[in-house]
Amino acid sequence: MISEAQVWDALAEIPDPEIPVISLVDLGVIRSVDVASGRVRVEFTPTFLGCPALEAMRSAMEDKVAELGARAEVQVIQDDSWSTDRITPAGREKLRAAGFAPPAPREATAPKLVQLQANVFRCPYCGSTKTRLENIFGPTPCRSLRYCESCRQPFEQFKTI
Amino acid sequence: MNERLLALADDELVLGWRDSEWTGIAPVLEEDVAFSSIAQNEIGHARALYTLVAGEDGDVDALAFDRPLEEYRCAPLVELRLLDWAHAIARRWLYELADEIRLAVLKDDADPTVAGLAAKIDREEAYHRMHAELWHERLRDEPRFQEAVDELWPYALGLLPAEQRSDLAGRAGREVVDAVERGAHTDELAALWEEMTIVRRSAPAGARW
Repeated sequence: MISEAQVWDALAEIPDPEIPVISLVDLGVIRSVDVASGRVRVEFTPTFLGCPALEAMRSAMEDKVAELGARAEVQVIQDDSWSTDRITPAGREKLRAAGFAPPAPREATAPKLVQLQANVFRCPYCGSTKTRLENIFGPTPCRSLRYCESCRQPFEQFKTI
Repeated sequence: MNERLLALADDELVLGWRDSEWTGIAPVLEEDVAFSSIAQNEIGHARALYTLVAGEDGDVDALAFDRPLEEYRCAPLVELRLLDWAHAIARRWLYELADEIRLAVLKDDADPTVAGLAAKIDREEAYHRMHAELWHERLRDEPRFQEAVDELWPYALGLLPAEQRSDLAGRAGREVVDAVERGAHTDELAALWEEMTIVRRSAPAGARW
């Protein structure tokens, strides 16, 4: 009989397919794990609905649970319950260390352009807040491009969702 | 079948397809990236909405790609093949103004799965709105852009039900005029349908790669 803690530990070994420095658990996309009579139910919330890694993440979760000797039922939850606020403190630190500026906290209303253009985003390389928005979109939908005026380093900023 | 969600899903699928036509040929690299990301998001929204419409055991791909042309519910605005930058930006700006209005209504829907998904989509669309706003600021005094907005305005009104159109007109600073309504499809959609359904039609048992 496997425990929920074992499942969480196993899922914590799965790297995010697009940013492998953090795990799915660090990213906060596993909403719940429920083990009942050999059956493992995982509720999973995508970061972005169009994330192309959705299927890869689902099969990685199924494989990890299969290694524990159980079958996983992965249910994709399509609501607003995932937010970048769910990225764990450890996950945020790993992002920063890898050169991705962690997301700003979510607010009640959706972010506005003036906020993205404000000088409050910190460069993950030198810590300066003298950074400017280069492009709202980046290599994946979850990231923006910014440029640090202090150390002249372009960097990727996690969007707030 | 939920007609309202299906219309929204078809709008997002077809617009996602149209926006992706800029991948590789946008005027600057940043816009290549932006249009590609926006297209990816729109198609993701379509998939999520088709999942709701199809229900528990439904086939999302069948809903997206196996219907005959006349069963698509998308508005003519998203069908147009606009490979002129002023028109492409005018459509993005008008579409996002209208989309914000209908998503606000869906976020208050009595069905919590609809309201929850609308809230999720709206969080992503916020970034599309910023992109549209930036370009609108840049281009709004350009005659070419103004002409494109004039031309597309009746199409933009056709995205929304009649009762939401005065709200859109207020946001766009325009008057409500006769809309190009959903229902009849443009010839441009026929060509797009041929292209986007070809994999499903050529491999009915399901393509694998």
